[in-house]
Amino acid sequence: MHTALAIARRELKTYFNSPIAYIVIGVFLLVAGWLYFSTLFLAGRASLRGFFGIAPVLFVVFAPALTMRLIAEERKTGTLELLLTMPVRELDVVVGKFLAALGMVAVGLLWTLPYPLTVSTLTAEGTSFDWGPVVGGYLGLLLMASSFLAIGLWCSAMSRNQIVAFIMALLVCFAFYFVDKFAMVLPETLGELLEYLSVDYHFENIARGVIDTRDVVFYLSLTALGLVLTSRSLTAARQ
Amino acid sequence: MNIVPAFFEVEGCEMSVSTSQPMIRIENLTKAYGATQALRGVSFEVPRGQVVGFLGPNGAGKSTTMKILAGYVTPTSGTARVDGIDVSEDPVATRRRIGYLPENNPLYEDMMVREFLDFAADVRNVPAGERPAKIKSAVERCGLGPVLGKDIGQLSKGYRQRVGLAQAILHNPDLLILDEPTSGLDPNQIVEIRSLIKELGREKTVIMSTHILSEVQSTCSRVLIISGGKLVADDSPEHLTESEGGVVTVVLAPKNGTPLEAGRVRSLLESLPGVSAVSAIAPDGEGTLGFSLRHGKLDPRRAVFEAAVQNGMILLEMRRQQVSLEETFRKLTAA
Repeated sequence: MHTALAIARRELKTYFNSPIAYIVIGVFLLVAGWLYFSTLFLAGRASLRGFFGIAPVLFVVFAPALTMRLIAEERKTGTLELLLTMPVRELDVVVGKFLAALGMVAVGLLWTLPYPLTVSTLTAEGTSFDWGPVVGGYLGLLLMASSFLAIGLWCSAMSRNQIVAFIMALLVCFAFYFVDKFAMVLPETLGELLEYLSVDYHFENIARGVIDTRDVVFYLSLTALGLVLTSRSLTAARQ
Repeated sequence: MNIVPAFFEVEGCEMSVSTSQPMIRIENLTKAYGATQALRGVSFEVPRGQVVGFLGPNGAGKSTTMKILAGYVTPTSGTARVDGIDVSEDPVATRRRIGYLPENNPLYEDMMVREFLDFAADVRNVPAGERPAKIKSAVERCGLGPVLGKDIGQLSKGYRQRVGLAQAILHNPDLLILDEPTSGLDPNQIVEIRSLIKELGREKTVIMSTHILSEVQSTCSRVLIISGGKLVADDSPEHLTESEGGVVTVVLAPKNGTPLEAGRVRSLLESLPGVSAVSAIAPDGEGTLGFSLRHGKLDPRRAVFEAAVQNGMILLEMRRQQVSLEETFRKLTAA
């Protein structure tokens, strides 16, 4: 764990030493803010539904952007050899890099906290703002982000080209987002299966403010699967 | 009462085993990258405290052997042990004992030298209390003081190499694996890095690969030459060149005015023990004869002198030149 944290600290420093962190977080806030506030006053409801509705789509793009560099670049510049000949286990490396990326997502989400804080003051007189869906929504976003990041990390481990890693991760994440969108026209059993596989379906559950273990377990297992696959790719990189 | 002494006995026994182990023991190592066979059964041992030079043409398997030792590449078959521990069985334990400078010295370009060394110490789990002292000593030994606050990406090649070395010695490892530590440096930097390696070799086991043969002669007490994935020589640099023999140049003059018959002198020299080939060289004066004698392990100089005396010739000049390591190297590694 000590090693993983050491690697996470280094990766976080690298994020903030380069323009990537500022660009990714800046563009995320800009797009999310604009999409959200442009409809907030039309909807006329003091809730964060709109924001939580668009955040998953944004994550499909931004999570791969955060992870694409993490392993692909080390492979390309050869520093992977330096790193993997230090007394580390592959899983330590993977977890460290994952934690750094998750930290970046958390920093990005921190900057969206003014949304619920301002919206909570817009409630009609005599009613109180419902914080349940907000807490659930943020928890759901973090869980969803971790599964996307784990997928992105795996893609980054499989290519030495960052762009290839980005596109692969984008496609896989998008598939997990999109898989249930046709569920209603399909037979019921198949539809349910696709719904279970959908990252968005579980998110909607949590964002309602209902934290169900099934949804949490889904995200955690997807994350674990991604991290284990990444660690295997790293072992394979040793040839 | 009984348990405690027994426990200590086991401890003591284990310690004595681990110190008597050779630092490196490689047995029958093979490695195939797909269809290419990089190593075809290499075996050698390196005792503690030896500085070993690893020579071989490009693609002979030097880097592969070093990568296996460093725990980056897994061998196809055979075992590599560091301090008695199999690198495939407990890679984290063996890597802890090793300082490794990879070929081309990859470094995190975006980090400052200070940050990078701090990171290396952190990943290597150097206790926080000892860290500043250890980093300081590595920085001093490698002369990194003036560039601590610079980005690694901005450093000159010589400084980069020193950062790579500092990273490798930071945790005070028993074994240093240096893959072409002087490649791409200018002559001054080469001398500096070489003396640093020599100094490190006084307390550590060092295995270094290089293309510069004189470097081996000046730094290493033992040479391993690898060619086509096999070990073709394992000796001290002096022995290696000695056993290959050398060339003796002689210049002969007549003693009492009677001119020398070139043909007769030549066949006389050819008959001497140790001489394997004779060729004439330009004489350096009126009536003198010059020959160059190639010889093997046996030094023919005494025999040449005695033959000259017995046959009434004056030996004007005689000098021996040993075959250079370059020639030995070319001979051993010729496909």
